[in-house]
Amino acid sequence: MVMIPQPAVSDAARLPRGGVAVALVCGLVMVIVGASVVLAGLVVVAWLGTLWLMRPEPAVEVRQAEEPALSRRAMIDLIEPFGVPVLMLDGQRIAAANAAARGELGGHIVGQDARVALRHPEAITLLDSREGSVTVRGLTSPRSIWQVRRVAVDDRFSLIELIDRSAEADISRAHTDFVANASHELRTPLASIIGYIETLADPDARIDVPTRARFHATVLREARRLQYLVEDLMSLSRIEAEKHDVPRDPVDLGLLVASIGGELVVTLGDGRIKVTAEPAVVPGDRQQLDQVIRNLVDNSIKYSDAARPVELRLTRGEREAVLTVTDHGEGIHPDHIPHLTRRFYRTDPGRSRAAGGTGLGLAIVKHIVERHRGRLDITSRLGQGTTVSIRLALLATPEPTGG
Amino acid sequence: MVAEHTVKAFDEDITRLRGMVAEMGGLAELSIAQAMDALVSGDERLAAGVIARDRRIDQLEGEVDRLAVRVLALRAPMAEDLREVLAALKIAGVIERIGDYAKNIAKRVGHIEGHKRFEPLTLLPMMNELAGDMVHDVLTAYAARDPVAAADIVQRDAKVDAFYDSVFRNFVSYMVENPATISSVAQLMFVARNIERIGDQATNIAEVVHYAATGTYLPDREDVMPPSGSS
Repeated sequence: MVMIPQPAVSDAARLPRGGVAVALVCGLVMVIVGASVVLAGLVVVAWLGTLWLMRPEPAVEVRQAEEPALSRRAMIDLIEPFGVPVLMLDGQRIAAANAAARGELGGHIVGQDARVALRHPEAITLLDSREGSVTVRGLTSPRSIWQVRRVAVDDRFSLIELIDRSAEADISRAHTDFVANASHELRTPLASIIGYIETLADPDARIDVPTRARFHATVLREARRLQYLVEDLMSLSRIEAEKHDVPRDPVDLGLLVASIGGELVVTLGDGRIKVTAEPAVVPGDRQQLDQVIRNLVDNSIKYSDAARPVELRLTRGEREAVLTVTDHGEGIHPDHIPHLTRRFYRTDPGRSRAAGGTGLGLAIVKHIVERHRGRLDITSRLGQGTTVSIRLALLATPEPTGG
Repeated sequence: MVAEHTVKAFDEDITRLRGMVAEMGGLAELSIAQAMDALVSGDERLAAGVIARDRRIDQLEGEVDRLAVRVLALRAPMAEDLREVLAALKIAGVIERIGDYAKNIAKRVGHIEGHKRFEPLTLLPMMNELAGDMVHDVLTAYAARDPVAAADIVQRDAKVDAFYDSVFRNFVSYMVENPATISSVAQLMFVARNIERIGDQATNIAEVVHYAATGTYLPDREDVMPPSGSS
């Protein structure tokens, strides 16, 4: 496609020589024809005056003609590596879209009218205005939410940036999902309990003693699971209810870790867990912190390589106590890590249920840590293991001041 | 992809035509969603917004018409380009109808009594979502000139139709049991009908998109799927 070159306006055009010449010739002719010299002079002066008034404004036009051609390529290269979708508009047409934008909106949008890519009415009002920002729903998938921001580069080019806000909307959605999930989780063990009991109670069914024993064991296991689930749900709702009430009782976390550790060494057997603890007093809720430690160790034991011990460690830093639980299991894929603290989120549902997990352990940990205004970090490397660490501020001891 | 044209003005006309159709589609999509929101919440102001938006859709349809006719008259496009212009013309007409259906739903907002906990009303949002998603996806297929996605949308209309059948039966039995609500449920019956029509129109657009992209017609829908759920 050939671009029509804009007339180059140079200094020469600033002084309209042709016009001046015509004016002078006209004045001369008037004198020759016999008009008064004064009249001819006036006409020439007026003529030149209008020429001067109508001279083109060269400075601006020169820039407009040359710079976009230069910066256009540069701008395309500039937006390409951005992680967020960015479009470059030439007027109303999409001149370029970076890789992220092509991924979200499709490669077909380049060269199209911007309305084809952004057809939401709110986005279209943005296209009609020079700059601004709107939030629109359903730009890509029907329920996605995007913030669309437009920045003008000059009179012709502008940039449009798209910021994905769907995740934030997801959080409120998560709450409604919770009820549905919880009922689903409760229903599964119930269904299996009812099924087995019905079979056991059926007078026509001939069940031999070993099978009967196995059925009973299954019923018991499912009933336990139900019990754990109800307990977890209750503690979760209790923690949620008092989340704005920061606990203040002094708790020696080192002592707590040591005592839970000692207890676990006895129940799990030596070699499954290694405990190291320094004394560190934090403001907290003893029972909840106890629950945090037990949940984390529980998880690690479940997923760790049985031959290598889980490490439970408490270190005291300058301002905070750091609790870490490290296992040497198969690790967690990075895709899962952001979701681990969501309720009922499981990386491998079958295995989690088989291990007796409720899917709420880490959600409870997260809520307790949040209530304590602490920080929860999960790091994991595939094939090497996972470390969960919790940082809690130490109890501020009144400094013994001199005197 | 459409090759670039030696006449730049023609290229620009096509781009503008597609832009206007997309804009109409965006308006219609929003209207579909808001009409249902207004109905569920009883929000008459939202409903008035939907009704007002329909005028803008009509106006855009007029613009598409004029531009399409001008392109046909001045440039006498052939083959692919001709299909592109015809598609814009047809799709604009269909979107205008969809806008009318949304407006129709919005107009019934004031006529549902005790809507807050009205049981029949709880069935409609999901059906509306199905139809609305079809419209969304068909417009995306139009933007991408994607015949495969278009063919896929035609298949989805069966779901909306099945939904309509079940909603219809549900409404009838509800009216039998609660004769006092007949006037309200009858209104909802029209709403369900409108949603079902929106789904149909989405498949109409899909057919045009497929035709514009490939030059071939999709097989007749009735041959592919017999109407389901009729007793």
